[in-house]
Amino acid sequence: MGEKEESNEPQSLNPASNQEEGILDKLEKKAKKYLRGNKTNLKNLRDKKLKGQLEVREKIYGNTAKVAARAEEWLKPSEEGLLEPENPLERTYRIQQSSILPEVDVLSVSKAFDMKLPDLGPYTIRYLSNGRYMLLGGQKGHLAMIDVLKMDCIKEFQVKERVRDVVFLQNDQLFAVAQKKFTYVYNRHGTEIHCLKDNQHPLKLEYLEKHFLLVGTNNFSQLHYQDISTGQVVANYRTGLGPTSVMSSNPYNSIISLGHSGGKLTMWKPTSGKPLITMLCHHGPITAVAYHPSGNLVATAGMDKKVKIWDLRKFESIHSIPGHAQTLDFSQKGLLALANGSRIQVWRDKGDQDFGLYMTHSIPKGYQVGTVKFRPYEDVLGLGHSMGFSSILIPGSGEPNFDSWVANPYETSKQRSKKEVRALLDKLPPESIMLDPGSIGMVRERQRKEKLTKREIEQQMVEAVVEVKSNVEIKNKTKGRNKPSKRAKRKQEEVFNAKKPFLEKQRETKEGPPQKKRRVLLEVAEDLPKSLQRFAKKKPM
Amino acid sequence: MKVKVISRSTEDFTRERSKDLQKVFRNYDPNLHTQEKAVEYTRALNAAKLEKIFAKPFIGAMDGHIDAVSCMAKNPNYLKAIFSGSMDGDIRLWDLATRKTVCQFPGHQGAVKGLTSSTNGELLVSCGTDCTVRLWKVPSLNFDSTVDTSKPSAIYTWKHAFRGVDHQWNSSIFATAGAQVDIWDHNRSEPINTFQWGNDSVISIRFNPGEPNLLATSSSDRGVVLYDLRTSSPFKKIIMQTKTNSICWNPMEPINFTAANEDCNCYTFDARKLDEAKVVHKDHVSAVMDVDYSPTGREFVTGSYDRTVRIFNYNGDHSREIYHTKRMQRVFCVRYSCDASYVISGSDDTNLRLWKSKASEQLGVLLPRERKKHEYHDALKARFKHLPEIRRIVKHRHLPKPVYKAAILRRTVTEAENRKEQRRQAHSAPGSSSRKPFRKRKIIKEES
Repeated sequence: MGEKEESNEPQSLNPASNQEEGILDKLEKKAKKYLRGNKTNLKNLRDKKLKGQLEVREKIYGNTAKVAARAEEWLKPSEEGLLEPENPLERTYRIQQSSILPEVDVLSVSKAFDMKLPDLGPYTIRYLSNGRYMLLGGQKGHLAMIDVLKMDCIKEFQVKERVRDVVFLQNDQLFAVAQKKFTYVYNRHGTEIHCLKDNQHPLKLEYLEKHFLLVGTNNFSQLHYQDISTGQVVANYRTGLGPTSVMSSNPYNSIISLGHSGGKLTMWKPTSGKPLITMLCHHGPITAVAYHPSGNLVATAGMDKKVKIWDLRKFESIHSIPGHAQTLDFSQKGLLALANGSRIQVWRDKGDQDFGLYMTHSIPKGYQVGTVKFRPYEDVLGLGHSMGFSSILIPGSGEPNFDSWVANPYETSKQRSKKEVRALLDKLPPESIMLDPGSIGMVRERQRKEKLTKREIEQQMVEAVVEVKSNVEIKNKTKGRNKPSKRAKRKQEEVFNAKKPFLEKQRETKEGPPQKKRRVLLEVAEDLPKSLQRFAKKKPM
Repeated sequence: MKVKVISRSTEDFTRERSKDLQKVFRNYDPNLHTQEKAVEYTRALNAAKLEKIFAKPFIGAMDGHIDAVSCMAKNPNYLKAIFSGSMDGDIRLWDLATRKTVCQFPGHQGAVKGLTSSTNGELLVSCGTDCTVRLWKVPSLNFDSTVDTSKPSAIYTWKHAFRGVDHQWNSSIFATAGAQVDIWDHNRSEPINTFQWGNDSVISIRFNPGEPNLLATSSSDRGVVLYDLRTSSPFKKIIMQTKTNSICWNPMEPINFTAANEDCNCYTFDARKLDEAKVVHKDHVSAVMDVDYSPTGREFVTGSYDRTVRIFNYNGDHSREIYHTKRMQRVFCVRYSCDASYVISGSDDTNLRLWKSKASEQLGVLLPRERKKHEYHDALKARFKHLPEIRRIVKHRHLPKPVYKAAILRRTVTEAENRKEQRRQAHSAPGSSSRKPFRKRKIIKEES
């Protein structure tokens, strides 16, 4: 009996310590997410004072990451959604909404609904960043703002014009609509506040929150940036690749990407007239673009019956889904929704960027899906289609824990107005948009001008001469004298002008930088020490 | 199948009654907080601009003396009291909060050259060019006291005029500087001890706060001498190129002292190793008249003949802050207040001026939120202070034109000297002439 008891004790101790170890490992993994990069190696630093200061900083960063991981583990108020099959034969993509809804609580059932609006054209939808308000824009001019938390229609009105796109501005108080000729800004009460005549015949709109920039493309293939806090037009660029209504913004660095009819995806920032990056994605026109919230992945759909997911760090396609897609959207947890005709598919990253089909849904045949958008902070996918609006439940798509200082679905009007003021104070200048937002404050490496070798200079000269000889044509004068010798002389002059800069460079590499003139030393002064020779009297030779 | 969907109940995320606080939830996921560096940079820029908007360092002037203010003294018992002595023999006790004279100590016939408080704060020692040392009883500021300040409690006359006085930190001994260094006791009418090294007069004198028997003096033969009372003798002397006007020991690192020199620089020395200055503080354009350390030991304030008051970091070679006014003429004495928040300057225009040590600081009791905000702003500015836009704003100070022109002139002169020295070295045999490092250059000789 005594032996049995003893043998029981060590076994009972182990599971507890194993649990602890498991939790610690989990916390360490989570802490990595908050570290924002690796620890710097301070071994080679010679400056002891700086080394000490940096070591203290690194320790503080490590501690904050651990605290954040612990807060995430123990302090989160809501849990993530999930959909797991019970036996290995069951597939999640066969599970229909009708089988999910009975298993879920009443509040969630009320989030999945259908709105029948058959007359006014396919609907574009947009959710506000906190997931509380939604805008519906029917192509035949029907506009509606709905509070989806309370299921309350705030304002519904008709503009009697073609509506191409709707977007919320800084909060639910203002929204912009891309109508037939101009962009209009409306109030929550439906009053027209502004008519923006700078962007004419707009096709698609996008709003950059941190910069207060309204971005739009139009029928003249222009990309238009406007600051809505001051009303100033920041930039208006001609893309040169044709009008396009495929536009998306990267949430990580606020870069706008346009999809063009040649299969090219271009990325723009407001301070440069040429695109930062041009990627050839598809063999046909691009029909939809969507960004992953981390900013590393972009999904593009083309007319070549492919939906590709690209990794932007390596600029490689990591996955390809066969099929058309008219709209794409990424959820906050990285689920990709694509819709084509009356069929919707949701793909999920199983881990290590391996995408697999997660759920499917089909709306009644004959309905055509217009836009697909995930609702932020909820497990809901909104579909705007030709017969109105539907929303379906996609467990695991939304971020369960919101940050009150970023987006609060339960905002009071006081909190909203204060948030607006703070956002204005923290408004980022348009120059801060760049491919790598973490490079602000970093040391920029000096770029040294490379000195060209002799051969390279010669090559460039030859090229320039050839160019001049072939392209420049000397006019044949018909009036006055026109001697062929004079024509030949003029052509030689042109060739010489083209050669001149290269000849100078060649001379420099031979001689070095031009030297100062030296005074001619006279024989008389040779008996003086060298440093005094410059003061010697100059006698004529 | 197992299904679970996010469902939040409104009661958990909103407050019950209007008297409750609003609920705040945080999620530190980096995906929700994008472009953090750009946001922080913008906030740092705004913080730098706000600092300049709120930079109003001048609080007020204390008017009352009828001749230049020559010396000041702090009282260890009262934070808001300061004593000042002027060139016509008038000593006053000021209340800094109301900026008014509390009482006067009349009696000196000539200029008052030194003022100091005793350790327990009840006695004020003053010395002047009329060869007298007077001891006064200090009245308490809080309530009407029966102390009569029109008569000193003791007058000691001696053979020569005095230039400075300082009190030892743990007993009733004080030292005066004049033709030589005299050590006095409160109750004796003659000095109990005398020191001298060389034949020149001693200009200023200061006891070490950490080691009470250590004494530093500066003399008119351009030397700084360290004395030890236990061995009753001087033990170290250095001779510099120019005269030192004033010395102050660092209260937090009592082995270091800063000497305010005639050649517009302040030199911080380690008392154990006097052959090299630890730091040379350059920024004034005319002779530095007085120096005083903050009780934190991290900063010191200097007043100079060029009508400006500058605040330096203890290890910084350039000033952090400069204060000047059109009405403030030659600054003869400065003091840092005992709570490290204020700086008092006494100048030639018979006024004492009260300044904030941190120009944009919000005075008074701060709410915890305000304090956190100020700390956040300071951290932001420190993080991005090397970036050009922010550095330009933080560094910018308006200088009076004469000071600006004089600084440019000094800069061209030193640059020309450096250039000539470089060329001399370049054209001479390698190793034949080596130039001493700047910290050693100004020290001519060290004797012990």
